[in-house]
Amino acid sequence: MNRAHRHGAGSGCLGTMEVKSKFGAEFRRFSLERSKPGKFEEFYGLLQHVHKIPNVEVLVGYADVHGDLLPINNDDNYHKAVSTANPLLRIFIQKKEEADYSAFGTDTLTKKKNVLTNVLRPDYHKKKPNIVISMPQDFRPVSSIIDVDILPETHRRVRLYKYGTEKPLGFYIRDGSSVRVTPHGLEKVPGIFISRLVPGGLAQSTGLLAVNDEVLEVNGIEVSGKSLDQVTDMMIANSRNLIITVRPANQRNNVVRNSRTSGSSGQSTDNSLISYSPHIETNFDPKDEESDEEDIIIEDNGMPQQIPKAVPMAGSLESLTQIELSFESAQNGFIPNDVNLEHTSDTKMEHETHASDQKPLEEDGTIITL
Amino acid sequence: MRRFLRSGHDQARERLKQDLFKFSKTVEHGFPHQPSALGYSPYLRIMAIGTRSGAIKLYGAPGVEFMGLHRENNAVVQIHFLPGQCQLVTLLDDNSLHLWSLNQRNGVSELHEEKFSTLRGPPGAAPSATQITVILPHSSQELLYLGTESGNVFVEKLPSFQMLEDQMISTEAVLQWLPKDAQHWRAFEMVEALQEHPQDPTRVLIGYSRGLIIIWDLQNSRVLHHFLSGQQLENVCWQRDGGCIVSCHYDGSYCQWKVSSEAQHPEPLQSRVPYGPYPCKAISKIFWLTTRKGLPYIIFQGGMPRASYGDRHSISVTHGNQETAFDFTSRVIDFTVLTEAASDFDEPYAMVVLAEEELVVIDLKTAGWPAIQAPYLASLHCSAITCSHHVSSISLKLWERIIAAGNKQNSHYSTMVWPIDGGTSLAPDPPQRDLLLTGHEDGTVRFWDASGVCLRLLYKLSTVRVFLTDTDPNDNLNAVGEDEWPPLRKVGSFDPYSDDPRLGIQKIFLCKYSGYLAVAGTAGQVLVLELNDEEAEQVVDHIEANLLQDQEGYRWKGHERLRARQGPICFESGFQPFILVQCQPPAVVTSLALHSEWKLVAFGTSHGFGLFDHQQKRQVFVKCTLHPSDQLAMEGPLSRVKSLKKSLRQSFRRMSRSRASGRKRRMAGNSGELQEPNARADRVGLQNMELAPVQRKIEARSAEDSFTGFVRTLYFADTYLRDNSYHCPSLWVGTNGGTVYAFSLRVPPPDRRMEEPIRAEQAKEIQLMHRAPVIGILVLDGRGMPLPEPLEAAHDLSKSPDMQGSHQLLVVSEEQFKVFTLPKVSAKLKLKLTALEGSRVRRVGVAHFGSCKAEDYGEHHLTVLTNLGDVQVVSLPFLKPQVRYGCIRKEDVSGIASCVFTKYGQGFYLISPSEFERFSLSTKWLVEPRCLVDTAETKNHCSTLNGSGVKKGSSKARSSENSGDGGGRSQEPLMERALLNDERVLKEIQSTLEGDRGSYGEWYSQQVAVGRRHNNGGE
Repeated sequence: MNRAHRHGAGSGCLGTMEVKSKFGAEFRRFSLERSKPGKFEEFYGLLQHVHKIPNVEVLVGYADVHGDLLPINNDDNYHKAVSTANPLLRIFIQKKEEADYSAFGTDTLTKKKNVLTNVLRPDYHKKKPNIVISMPQDFRPVSSIIDVDILPETHRRVRLYKYGTEKPLGFYIRDGSSVRVTPHGLEKVPGIFISRLVPGGLAQSTGLLAVNDEVLEVNGIEVSGKSLDQVTDMMIANSRNLIITVRPANQRNNVVRNSRTSGSSGQSTDNSLISYSPHIETNFDPKDEESDEEDIIIEDNGMPQQIPKAVPMAGSLESLTQIELSFESAQNGFIPNDVNLEHTSDTKMEHETHASDQKPLEEDGTIITL
Repeated sequence: MRRFLRSGHDQARERLKQDLFKFSKTVEHGFPHQPSALGYSPYLRIMAIGTRSGAIKLYGAPGVEFMGLHRENNAVVQIHFLPGQCQLVTLLDDNSLHLWSLNQRNGVSELHEEKFSTLRGPPGAAPSATQITVILPHSSQELLYLGTESGNVFVEKLPSFQMLEDQMISTEAVLQWLPKDAQHWRAFEMVEALQEHPQDPTRVLIGYSRGLIIIWDLQNSRVLHHFLSGQQLENVCWQRDGGCIVSCHYDGSYCQWKVSSEAQHPEPLQSRVPYGPYPCKAISKIFWLTTRKGLPYIIFQGGMPRASYGDRHSISVTHGNQETAFDFTSRVIDFTVLTEAASDFDEPYAMVVLAEEELVVIDLKTAGWPAIQAPYLASLHCSAITCSHHVSSISLKLWERIIAAGNKQNSHYSTMVWPIDGGTSLAPDPPQRDLLLTGHEDGTVRFWDASGVCLRLLYKLSTVRVFLTDTDPNDNLNAVGEDEWPPLRKVGSFDPYSDDPRLGIQKIFLCKYSGYLAVAGTAGQVLVLELNDEEAEQVVDHIEANLLQDQEGYRWKGHERLRARQGPICFESGFQPFILVQCQPPAVVTSLALHSEWKLVAFGTSHGFGLFDHQQKRQVFVKCTLHPSDQLAMEGPLSRVKSLKKSLRQSFRRMSRSRASGRKRRMAGNSGELQEPNARADRVGLQNMELAPVQRKIEARSAEDSFTGFVRTLYFADTYLRDNSYHCPSLWVGTNGGTVYAFSLRVPPPDRRMEEPIRAEQAKEIQLMHRAPVIGILVLDGRGMPLPEPLEAAHDLSKSPDMQGSHQLLVVSEEQFKVFTLPKVSAKLKLKLTALEGSRVRRVGVAHFGSCKAEDYGEHHLTVLTNLGDVQVVSLPFLKPQVRYGCIRKEDVSGIASCVFTKYGQGFYLISPSEFERFSLSTKWLVEPRCLVDTAETKNHCSTLNGSGVKKGSSKARSSENSGDGGGRSQEPLMERALLNDERVLKEIQSTLEGDRGSYGEWYSQQVAVGRRHNNGGE
């Protein structure tokens, strides 16, 4: 197959650019105003129009100067594609449910012969159970550690993002008792603990939660004084955007954020969180709270107006590969540190980035559990 | 962050809130759970009932009610009013004595515990030495004679409970006055009876259980007379003139003895075994009452032939040749006979019987001895309550029609005015006529007058007649066995056993403007009824609604539907059914709505919902709401699981009811048996806890969860569904899976109503992302006010809705409140409940709150009950939380499930199977007892009491608490402890049925805490 940019005969005047779009076996040719390419959405609509495929969800890719197949899915890469097209912009369109994500990539120089073949013969790749690399647009956070800067280092605030129903949150909680430091000395108080992680569930795959971690807050609300049923209901009600603050059972992996290292590790605790709560509250972005709540409304038997982002399509599930990952204890590899029990607010907090480095394993794709 | 902004402290609003909202529990309706003692004061004409949970309730004239609770959670064994005083003494099963007084404060009487004491014997004596068996409050008003198990009679001075040792009547003292051979007989054991001579207060009758009866001279401390009977003694009574005594015995006999005889070995005047000659059960209490005409009334409890009628709970009345054995459906706790006070003869006019499950009062003056309908203490649980529905401010017209229908049903009652009429009710007349409708397990709906303090049965509707059942419903109503011996006659209305659980009523909807009533039941039956003042014979149109339609592969494994009776059926006047819709599959009807103006009824089950036009008698449409992947619902075990749970619960209730049998003072023996099943359950519970720690799965709700199709709420509204320019009738449906469907309806104008069919078209579908069950839907008009009920505006009872401004839709799910715009549905504002505090909405209602300061000011708000038992007020239309109070304990699952809100900020919930607690969130329309028990001497006596530095009682009466501070949690329901026993059972069942959802451990610790408190209080 010829390299597109070699053809460049500069057809037409400077202002316009030729576009050659391929969908299946069909080609369409049209031209665009190079200086005013417009928005991606318009371009997307235009493609659907010229291929007469309205309402078909497609992936749009283009061949760049190196012959790599790169995706077009937002204004930025669209403009990039237009500006680098010389002179012809070659567009490849795939139906979303048949999409071959592995065809995309920047490191395709070595196998570029195959790249376009893959696109032309969609069946080819199905034999190979590749680990799926998502389109950049499909990147989405699954979990995060948040508010590290304001929490005592003995605590961890974890946010779990739940998309549709594809993957269970996958954990259980139980009643238990924990030891608190109070003005009257150590005191045993009832607490809520994580009792079990479902293998392959969201909670386990993030590695941020572990069995016997004590749950201190759910979405900024303290759980002390609440019954197990209440906490269960709170978690389920927040399940689309669950933020839980835990005191990890394993305190040795905590990041040292101040120079003083005193005290010992482990189960001992503090009740300093209470003083944080009001402060923390204000850190919640209301937008975050709302984003999870897009109810679907269907008017007059028509189409749903709002579709939750991550409703899995039957096709894509099939094409994905089932991966069994054996998870090491998520904390392995952390430097065991002694932890300072008392959090002093004037301590300069160092931001350690170890944490994010430690979990590449869990982030790499969809795992289907039963 | 916005939460904090939202609740900004607006001073004016805070003040206004105080004028609008106030929480109080005002009165308990119904029959006390597990009554254990009865007392009556002929002087005050007030009756007292004690319960096994340590409560006492006093009842006089209708509206005169007092409640008190002993701090100790012990059963009240005996209640005795002090003669001629506003005081009473109670004996608990821990052998403690408590003195209660009715004191006046601010013009109303209040019940207070003044003092308590425990009888202490000499050091080293066996506990039985001081175990009190009988109490005699002496007419001197100062002395209390206490008979004990040891046979000694102790004397205490009132009100100090100071023991007067020199006046004690010991067995030794008695013995020395008896002839030698009687001494030899060892005739003592415990004291069974203590009776003061009716005319001579210095003489006291003492009966011992071995059969010895003596008359003791208090002044000279000597035995005046003695009588020896060969049989175990149960009880003794004086005759009016004091010339004779009557004793009753263990073998079912009674004897009459003449007092005057000086014989060494007196023989009875007569001795009878009324139900002999075969062995009979004991006669445990007897009255011999004289009349002017000569023939006495002999009234006794028990004595039935042991083999064939030994299981009956009977009280026999004999007067000349009239003999009736009143046969009660539950155990008789105690009874008393009301007699004329100021007369030489007793002239009994009424008999008051406290049975385990109801109070029965018999008119002894009217021929046939009919029962008198009680104005209070209604047995709500004649058949178990399955649902309730409240309708506020009934029009006088409808009220009278219902009462007229009810009167025809009550013709068998006596016309005698209620004989227990002490005290004066000072409560203002109820502000309006309110109806509480209760649906029952046996297919009946009872209409209660819920306007005032006395919950009174107005009318009873039975749906049984529409169906073919195995038994004739009129089988055993007042069946009088003419030729039978013994002359048994069933009395009372308590009949908990339902022939067919499918008849159970699940949903009720009454339109107070049109008199249309819709009733739906356990087997998918929906009845539409109309009020008719005449008896009528009519055909009930019978339609089947197939909610599954074209669902494939469905198998219903639940119960069959009920078979409808064919042909015309005769209905008594009242609500008469004319439409029967039967859902197929015949699952429990889970929601019901009636629109009397459009003549439509909508119903929903776990499978779908349907709309029926009861004018044209045509089904408009049905829709299946099952999720295609929901196999569980497809196979239909839901109803089975549910009904199993329910029937288990009910059978446990029954068990605990019947367990409570056995005689008052042999409690110790009984409680041993009682504890055994509990202990076993404890062990099972403990084992479960050890094996699997209680844990909860954290998972988002998904569309595949079971029972998402369960229809939870139905709502009719005339609103803007499609565009802003024109409004139309609409039907809204909410499911368990967080889906809301809206249908636009085309209802033809009245003149063509019969010709053109109703058309329905789905206009909207909203899937709440959090997928929590939708339990309420409401449309707010242009002013943000809830749309009025159908026909409400037409009857000029409400402002017509604002159809100019844009309407809004309020969807209440278990987790949050959410307001959407209309006609284009987009989220406008919301209030999250579960996400923030972990509680879920169980009940929601709209209520109008009037201000107690400004007569014409009022606001509409939502009243909310959560699964934690809190009641809250949430403002409309801005969804701002207003107030919140603890109302029901969160462990009280059945209490929370039974809650019903009124339209004026009040509510009812069951605190036991037989009692409704009434509460109010409003400062207005409070219905609570305010009453006065007034006597001159009472006043004096009470003031000296208070002056003499009597230690203030440990408990406080309920009525005073209500009038006092209106605090939230501090008013922790007193009576609710009554349910403790039941609840343990309930909780266990729940935890086994719901997997690990019960929090047994938590409950257990609470129990321990309660126990500790009692110990402290008992000192």
